[in-house]
Amino acid sequence: MAQRVAMESAQQGSRIRSPWLRQLLADWSSDERAFRVSWSKAMMWIFLLSDTFIFGVFLTMYMAARVSTTAPWPDAGEVFALYVGSTKVPLLLIAIMTVILISSSGTMALAVNYAYRRDRAKTTLFLLLTAALGATFVGMQGFEWTKLILEGARPWTNPWGAPQFGAFFVLTGFHGLHVSVGVIILLVVAVQALRGTLERTQNYQRVEVAGLYWHFVDLVWVFIFAFFYLW
Amino acid sequence: MSMEKRVAVPKEAHAQEQAHDHHEPQSFWTKYVFSQDHKVIAIQFTVTALFVGFVGLVMSWGMRLQLGFPGLFEFLNPNTYYQAVTQHGMIMIIYVLTAILLGGFGNFLIPLMLGARDMAFPFVNMLSYWVYLLSVIVLLASFFVPGGPTGAGWTLYPPQAILPGTPGSDGGIVLMLLSLVIFIAAATMGGLNYVTTVLQLRTRGMTLMRMPLAIWGIFVASILALLAFPALFVGGVMLLLDKVAGTSFFMPTIVQFGQKLGYEGGNPLLFQHLFWYFGHPEVYIVALPAFGLISELVSIHARKPIFGYRMMIWAILAIGVISFVVWAHHMFVSGMNPYFGFFFATTTLIIAIPTAIKVYNWVLTLWRGNLHLNTPMLFAIGFISTFVIGGLTGLFLGNVVVDIPLSDTYFVVAHFHLVMGVATILAIFGGLYHWFPKATGRMLNETLGKAHFWVTFLGSYAIFFPMHYMGFLGVPRRYFDFEAFDFIPESMAGLEAFITVAALITGAAQFLFVVNVIWSLAKGPKAEPNPWRATTLEWQTPTTPPPHGNWGPTLPAVYRWAYDYSVPGAPDDFIPQTVPVAAPVAAAPAPGTVTDGGGGDGASDGSEPTKRDGE
Repeated sequence: MAQRVAMESAQQGSRIRSPWLRQLLADWSSDERAFRVSWSKAMMWIFLLSDTFIFGVFLTMYMAARVSTTAPWPDAGEVFALYVGSTKVPLLLIAIMTVILISSSGTMALAVNYAYRRDRAKTTLFLLLTAALGATFVGMQGFEWTKLILEGARPWTNPWGAPQFGAFFVLTGFHGLHVSVGVIILLVVAVQALRGTLERTQNYQRVEVAGLYWHFVDLVWVFIFAFFYLW
Repeated sequence: MSMEKRVAVPKEAHAQEQAHDHHEPQSFWTKYVFSQDHKVIAIQFTVTALFVGFVGLVMSWGMRLQLGFPGLFEFLNPNTYYQAVTQHGMIMIIYVLTAILLGGFGNFLIPLMLGARDMAFPFVNMLSYWVYLLSVIVLLASFFVPGGPTGAGWTLYPPQAILPGTPGSDGGIVLMLLSLVIFIAAATMGGLNYVTTVLQLRTRGMTLMRMPLAIWGIFVASILALLAFPALFVGGVMLLLDKVAGTSFFMPTIVQFGQKLGYEGGNPLLFQHLFWYFGHPEVYIVALPAFGLISELVSIHARKPIFGYRMMIWAILAIGVISFVVWAHHMFVSGMNPYFGFFFATTTLIIAIPTAIKVYNWVLTLWRGNLHLNTPMLFAIGFISTFVIGGLTGLFLGNVVVDIPLSDTYFVVAHFHLVMGVATILAIFGGLYHWFPKATGRMLNETLGKAHFWVTFLGSYAIFFPMHYMGFLGVPRRYFDFEAFDFIPESMAGLEAFITVAALITGAAQFLFVVNVIWSLAKGPKAEPNPWRATTLEWQTPTTPPPHGNWGPTLPAVYRWAYDYSVPGAPDDFIPQTVPVAAPVAAAPAPGTVTDGGGGDGASDGSEPTKRDGE
């Protein structure tokens, strides 16, 4: 019996050329677990899929409101411009924020790397650095909000055009909330790495799971940047 | 680095699983109240949902009393009527059906049927229940704020949902939206657990293609929940902002009572799109678990393997995928490009194909089966009956040209109540009668159960069947009274009164179930470990009800699919999934009935159970 099964799966295997596809089939048809990853990593991926839909719907919502409103849409280049001396530089702050957040993905990747090398000190260092970059991002977002609010922008109105521009506060607010939560998670994991909790419980993977979340938040920002600021 | 990664992963997973194995004795509070045991959480979900269901039932009585006997009851005015309509719909769909099928049955069955000790993240699972309870409390609190709960219709369409003049447009709608957002948080925590558990916590030999169909239904429904609730979340948050902050996302420029309101340039249709992008998958979030439960009940109580197991799974998956591209068939009269209507009508009719496959397979499972007409089986057959009737009217409503005259009439009410309300409630009751012995260790009373079934089943038809006829006459739904409408004949009043009496009796009959549960918990006969002689793992636990951790020292191993009933040559008419293949069957292999072996030693051949399809 077992021989027959082995022969059948060998036949099936030979029919499928791509090793990638063969591995995929083997994973999905296995018992016990579909993916050779820990539960927390699997759950993080599933959560991120769900969260993708939340941000996707938020962005779609904003775009639908933008194309269907009757009033003109404010010019993002004008609204988000900063003066350097007397020169007006469009999207200056946003550009800096984007660079900071994308750099934080780089430091996060380094933290994951050092975690798998069991390097406690460097893991902690890069986790803290990532958290610091994230906190800087949130701080600059706070600055941006304050600037807009002082100029008279509110979620329900603004001096430049369509009131649906208030979607800015919803989109960046929800994203900023994600970044803030991410900073807290990174700090918790950094403390655990420093104290050696991860080492004792052999749970260095926690750094990678936190990293997944962090990269996701970063990726979402790329879409917000493209669809809200550059459009 | 990648090498290290590969080594590190199983290690951590292993450590996690070992930590999962500890289930020490606990204090009263951690055992029964703040329990992380999936079975206790399942019972908490079920009891809470049934209680809220009672509130929803009372709402429907209020609405029926007005329709059947207009003007007779002082406490019913247009405001309370609309509040009853709204709260009945919202409570039943979200807080009862979704909660009981995913939170109740999902929690109870997933670990037990898959041979796991618990959910992947028991603490998150516990949190899921308490957050759900919070959402229920916020919902019920809206009954006590000034102005009462919202009466905007369960779809909460703006602009009317948040404008003065609609009942409950002050505190009621705010609490309603808050409660929905909280509920979504709870559903997400639960859903993550269910999906992770199904994917990663199966026991040895339990491949995806050996899972019972109940788990398949709950699994796919949980994925739908994770992907559909985000739309309601966004819609809810934005509508809340329109209400409390005065933003104009969904609110166009409006003149009310001669005064221009502060809103400007919003798009009310956008909310309908978001709502139904959630709303239609929601239909399948409650229907797919019901399909799964029915597949179990039909196969077990007909003592026959489920017909077309593999097709059932593909049908579930197909329904899950297509359910995301049919939503605008709820909006044919809202105003849409005709080509969109054509597209959504086509997808709607296409989704009938996998659904029909499922119905045919249930009927063919019953065909020449050894039917045991006990209470769970009666409810299962009742489900098939109401689901077919309600599904057929769905084919009418899916066509744009037929839908437009029937839209917003009682025909629609009859359609969705039979297909989604009555059918799923029958599946839930069938499931409750079926798994009650495992959950409590007592059998429910059969006589009371059958009485409960017949009154509910016949009563539901008495309520909803005449509504088709009313719909054809053009009687509009959601109306408070029909006095000024000349086209509605006088005789309609008699029909309305008949429906109301039927609704009162059918609603009251649900207390038979409450009585049955209370009586059986105290005095019911002790349940055997496997009273229905079923093959699936939850009936093979060492003790009944299973303890925290479910399985004693070792996890069960699975050697066969879940539907080995009436196998020729086997000593019993069922072979549990835990019985190795070599022992009883291989001795006398009959052509076409051999299930194969070797799943236990990790053979990764997912197609094994299909060998049963040939018969």
